[in-house]
Amino acid sequence: MTAAAPVIEVRDVSVRFATDYGDVHAVDGASFAVRQGEILGLVGESGSGKSVTATAILGLIRRPGRLAHGSIVLGGRELTTLGQEELQKIRGVEVAMISQTPRTALNPLITVGRQVARLFTIHAGLGKSEARRRAIEMLALVGIPEPERRARQYAHQFSGGMCQRVMIAMALATSPRLLIADEPTTGLDVSTAARILDLLRELGARTGASILLITHDLGVVAQTCHRVAVMHAGQVVEVAPVRALFAHPAHPYTRALVHSIPRTDRAIAMEPIPGAVPSLLNVAPGCRYAGRCPWAEDRCRREKPGMTEIAPDHFAACFAVEDGRAAPV
Amino acid sequence: MPRLCELDDLKVHFPLRGTAAWLRALKDGHPSVVRAVDGVSFHVDAGETLGLVGESGCGKSTVARALVRLVQPTGGRITFDGAELTGLSDEAYNKVRPNLQMVFQDPAASLNPRLPVRRMVEEPLLLHTGLDAAARRARAEAVLEEVGLGVELADRYPHELSGGQCQRVNIARALATNPRLIVLDEPTSALDVSLRARVILLLEELRQRHGLSYLFISHDLATVRYLASRVAVMYLGVIVEEAEAAELFDRPAHPYTRALLAAVPEPDPEAKRDPFTLSGEIPSPIDIPGGCRLRTRCPLAQPICAEPVPYREVAPGHFAACHLL
Repeated sequence: MTAAAPVIEVRDVSVRFATDYGDVHAVDGASFAVRQGEILGLVGESGSGKSVTATAILGLIRRPGRLAHGSIVLGGRELTTLGQEELQKIRGVEVAMISQTPRTALNPLITVGRQVARLFTIHAGLGKSEARRRAIEMLALVGIPEPERRARQYAHQFSGGMCQRVMIAMALATSPRLLIADEPTTGLDVSTAARILDLLRELGARTGASILLITHDLGVVAQTCHRVAVMHAGQVVEVAPVRALFAHPAHPYTRALVHSIPRTDRAIAMEPIPGAVPSLLNVAPGCRYAGRCPWAEDRCRREKPGMTEIAPDHFAACFAVEDGRAAPV
Repeated sequence: MPRLCELDDLKVHFPLRGTAAWLRALKDGHPSVVRAVDGVSFHVDAGETLGLVGESGCGKSTVARALVRLVQPTGGRITFDGAELTGLSDEAYNKVRPNLQMVFQDPAASLNPRLPVRRMVEEPLLLHTGLDAAARRARAEAVLEEVGLGVELADRYPHELSGGQCQRVNIARALATNPRLIVLDEPTSALDVSLRARVILLLEELRQRHGLSYLFISHDLATVRYLASRVAVMYLGVIVEEAEAAELFDRPAHPYTRALLAAVPEPDPEAKRDPFTLSGEIPSPIDIPGGCRLRTRCPLAQPICAEPVPYREVAPGHFAACHLL
């Protein structure tokens, strides 16, 4: 996996939203890459900038927001300089997305089968009956029972889990290079969620699509992703292979995050993360975790730490880790 | 430990209304009802936390709502502190309510947007105690402090608070009348990981300090393991398994519990996953399968599962309703 070439590279991306009180620095210099065939988890609490980063990849940041800085390269092509018309040819074709609320993402007035078939008509130029045939194939592929009959039904006749399967079918219909899954299992019951994640893993492996999985659930990350990028208050603080991240979390925020969640297979002591996510309005330079960090010193508040490789393929942005004050666990 | 609250064969059925229900009734020959809670029995002892788990639609929130009389039970009995609640008049029931409080799932939506925090925390005192204004004010400030909210937040309105702060106000409000049992309906599911941990620790600290009992309703099994001393598992309106928390999580007996635990993503890439899964989706509570309710989805189902299931003790203090145990 380490040798695989990146499908998408996000380099030093900053997104700001103008408000009456000043700029909200929603994403601040985020860098990560999703490699060929891998599932990269993007984790963080609400407001950490995960979804805004995804929106930036799709070129959908709208006023009052703007991409202030950075570059996004998909398969060797710079996306940030493309016009809307060119982006239109990439969105939904090379990069597809499934969202947290599958039911609202489906059109309630058109049968599910027609919605999937439309993609084949628009993107592959197929005729009506051929598109329909392919749509039913896709529904079968994502594990919808009786796809012929279900294709004639409407979104309200589907359960939440089934709606999410339809979304996955639609996202994969055009064989995208990158699938962005934004909290795909939030709001689903545990057993349904587990099956959706199994499906994503299986389809990712089978179709070779790379997946950017956005979630706040470290359990989902541990069971689904190959590598993980951790975001805190708009900054990417750590990027590591999933096993290394859980076994040797380096950044103080990641450590606190890993220790703040209970488990079902054994009783553990739980330690909440100190402090609160800082306001992103007119932020000071420096590490945004400094206000919550036990190892913070003056330098952390003045300068923003860069990403350093602390172990093979394991990167963290922290001065305390860099100079050994916060010894890795 | 003495019994504090006991549910005996509690049933909450909702009649279906409208043309579709009428047509259905014509076809089936009897009126259709949603059997949301269909014979639930459990007890909560003084000072303990009972976890009630299950997926959406299993009826766990309806049990909670029946306890605080937000819905009327169709049958069965609820006993609290030795007194039967089900037959009480509203007036007599309101005398019990200071001892029986509830915290809801959506922290912001359960607060009144037009009242400052202070007023909302004083409201139960106004309703249930004879305290004068000064005493109410003092008590409200004391409970706010206890849940970790400074007095400076007392004059704020809900929209000025974060989700975690809103949930603390809800907890303070439930705590104001010195209750003995608090029903917590998914109190942490709307919160972020870091806030969730803090609310969980706060709840545990309050329970120990005041000798409170909790009925903790959640689909978040890890949180339930952390907080609960005993756990009851609900599926399609009935309890299918009940045991001490450690026993239930380490040795689940019922196939439903096993599948539920197998589906939880452990925050550990090295964790071994039990591949045990159920097929299909939860049936409608209008057409509940006869016999074992899980049999339409259970990979272990046998012909005997169509027979009524006995609920029996499979190990000391560990009960389960499954033919195959």
